[in-house]
Formats: sequence, structure tokens, C-alpha cells
Amino acid sequence: MALDKNGIAKRIAQELQDRWYVNLGIGIPTLVANHIPEEISVDFQSENGILGMGPFPFEGEEDADLINAGKQTITALPGAVYFDSATSFAMIRGQHVQLTVLGAMEVSENGDIANWKIPGKMVKGMGGAMDLVASADNIIVAMMHTNKKGESKLLKQCSLPLTGVGCVKKVVTNLAVLDVTKEGFKLIERAPGVSVEEIKKATEGN
Amino acid sequence: MINKVVASAEEACRGIQSGMTIMLGGFGLCGIPENCISELVKLKINNLTCISNNAGVDDFGLGFLLQQRQIKKMVSSYVGENDEFERQMLSGELEVDLIPQGSLAERCRAAGAGIPAFYTPAGYGTEVGEGKEVRIFNGKPHILEEALTADYAIVKAWKGDKTGNLIFKGTARNFNPAMAMAGKITIAEVEELVEPGELDPNQIHVPGIFIQKIFEGDSYEKRIEQRTTRKKD
Repeated sequence: MALDKNGIAKRIAQELQDRWYVNLGIGIPTLVANHIPEEISVDFQSENGILGMGPFPFEGEEDADLINAGKQTITALPGAVYFDSATSFAMIRGQHVQLTVLGAMEVSENGDIANWKIPGKMVKGMGGAMDLVASADNIIVAMMHTNKKGESKLLKQCSLPLTGVGCVKKVVTNLAVLDVTKEGFKLIERAPGVSVEEIKKATEGN
Repeated sequence: MINKVVASAEEACRGIQSGMTIMLGGFGLCGIPENCISELVKLKINNLTCISNNAGVDDFGLGFLLQQRQIKKMVSSYVGENDEFERQMLSGELEVDLIPQGSLAERCRAAGAGIPAFYTPAGYGTEVGEGKEVRIFNGKPHILEEALTADYAIVKAWKGDKTGNLIFKGTARNFNPAMAMAGKITIAEVEELVEPGELDPNQIHVPGIFIQKIFEGDSYEKRIEQRTTRKKD
């Protein structure tokens, strides 16, 4: 059976290593924080200016001055620190953050990613995604394998405006875990009960 | 100590005119200069170029100015869930320059620090990099991004003293310090205005040298955009 969004997040959480600083994007990536193995310690960075981000606050304890990059109310863990946006992106561009997990509309077999704009239809803006993908050593994309129309999101070439070139290292979808290699997508793992044929059918890229 | 205090948002915004470029601090609705934004709406000035990470939501923050068609151009990193912003952009009514968030912050900081331009890897190979100078450093392509200046920068802090030293709270700091540095004239509105000496010099986030006018805001709604909570077990 294919994974749901939480299943994807749980699988990505297994990629985390002890003592890593991790930036989680909006959507499925946010859920990764709920599945951190107990034996490791990681700190979450949110690019609007916090390291040491904690879980959502209890009802009635929300603070308008304490949000994540998705504008959700959050809490700060003991040892947390706040900083300004320029410092935040110094951490990101300066490669002090070990892992970035973000969503995507399309990923190509050479590791290009598109996730900020559908010309003429929808413009979300790139936010911090372009800085993150241009700098991070380790980028995992969390997304559904196909779009709402059933079309593959893992392509030979992205059709939408790019967010970054040749930067994605790994893609975790509802169907599979794939590495992006010089030879294109390489199947690493299938979701429980999903066949290689199903994955191939849902993957346009090689 | 040089006294930078003005009486109100009205007095602080005197001098801001149609056609000017204004930077506004904040991320989403967090740390935005609410009182000055209300004043800009009242002033009915238009053709503004606004540099701000977001444009508020439809009925709060910079969304007010968009609704009143006071903004000619937005320079931002994220449109997100602001329907009016997206509508005006797609219909061509509003000019929009979308900039990677880190480049936006650094372009403000650079302006304030006297650095006219810098190279960054962000945006290389994308629409953002089109037409920009490319140079390879350590085997990796970078694009040249220029500093961003503004006629006015308007920032919001938690506490400030009469000489303009500022302290922020939580993630409400965001773009405020970099923009405070970049404005030709910088206005700071604060929740609590105190006498010089009351803030610990070790704890100040923005030195008052970057601030020209400071006042205590009348009120702060501090609206929350995405209220997310968990239940107590």
C-alpha cells in the first residue's frame, strides 16, 4: 500500500542523523518533526529566525511573536535562539544546516526542482527555497509521486520554472524512495506492497 | 544621547510621498509595523514601491495598501495565501519582483553596510538569475545581486529607547534589523518606549544609529495568520 503524508514524513525521519541541524519546508516536511527517532538529537531551523523550534503550543498559549516559516504558531525548546533573516540565511548559505527537506511540484532526473510558480495560473513565490536548494549539501524532496491528474512529478525535465538546478539528492514519495544519481533516478526502496512496475509507470524520468 | 522620538505614526510618516520606495519589516504578519501601515492607508498616497518579504493577508498588514491600490510594485519573496496579491499580480495590475528570501535579506543588509553588490548561489539557473552576471567561485556558479535601498524603512520592535536602540521579541525580529540599516530614513515603531539607559547595552539587537525616528505605537492587534495548537494529553 502506498504511504500517506505521515508515512512519507516518517520515512524521511529515518534519514536524519545525530547532531544535525535541519530545515523543514512547508507541508509534508513539517510532519517530519513528529517522527524523530528517540536515540538521536537534532535541532530544527526555521528560516524566519529560530533554531530549536519546538512543537505547536497548547491551546491558549499561542504567541503572535513566535511562528515558523509556514506562519504557524510554534514553541521554542530550551536552548533555542532567535535571529534576524540575514543571519538565518548566513546559516543556510554558509552550509551550517546539514539537511533541507522540502516539497516540490516537479523533480527532474538530473536533480532540478520546481516548486514556486505555474506561469499564468499560480504564483506562490520562492520564499527561502532558492537559497536553501542552492546551498544545502543534502536535499530531500518530500512529495506525492504523481499530481492530482495522475501525471508523474518525477520527470526527464521540469516543465515549470525552476527553483534550483541539479541539487536534489533524494526523493521520498508515497510510492518509493529514489536517489538522484548521474544515471537518473535510482530506486532505493518501495513503499510496502507497491510493485516496481507501479513505480516505473508513475515515473516519467529514468 | 540624540533624541529620535516623534509623537505618533502621523508625525513619523510625515514626508512619505507618492512614488516613494518603502521597506517594511515583518515576516507574514509577525513583526510588521501595524501603526505606520494604518497611517499610510490614511495618507492615501499611491504609486508606492514596497519592499517586504510578504504583503500581509487580504485584510491586514500590507494587504490594506494593496486593496486600496496604493502599491505600484511589490518586492517580496513570497505571495503565499494572499489572494488579492496573487490576483493583482496575475492580472498585471501590480508589478512584482520576486526575490529569494535570503537574497532579499542580504540585499537590504548590504545596502546598510555599504556593500553595493554580492555574489550568491541562490537563483542561479532560474528566472531569478536571468540577465545577471555569473561568476564561478570554488567550482560553483554564483549570480551578482545588488543592494536594495529605500527612501524610508519602517520597522517594528518590541522595546526601544529614545535614541533608537531596539530589542525584538521571538521571531518578530526577521527582516527588521536588515531593513533598519537600509533605509535613507528609518522609522521604528515599538510596543514599549523607554528612557536611554533602561535597555541593557549587551542585549540590544539594533543600535540606534540606524534609526531616525522612533515612537510607541498606539495599539497592536498582532494578528495570527495560522493558529496551530496541540491538545493537552
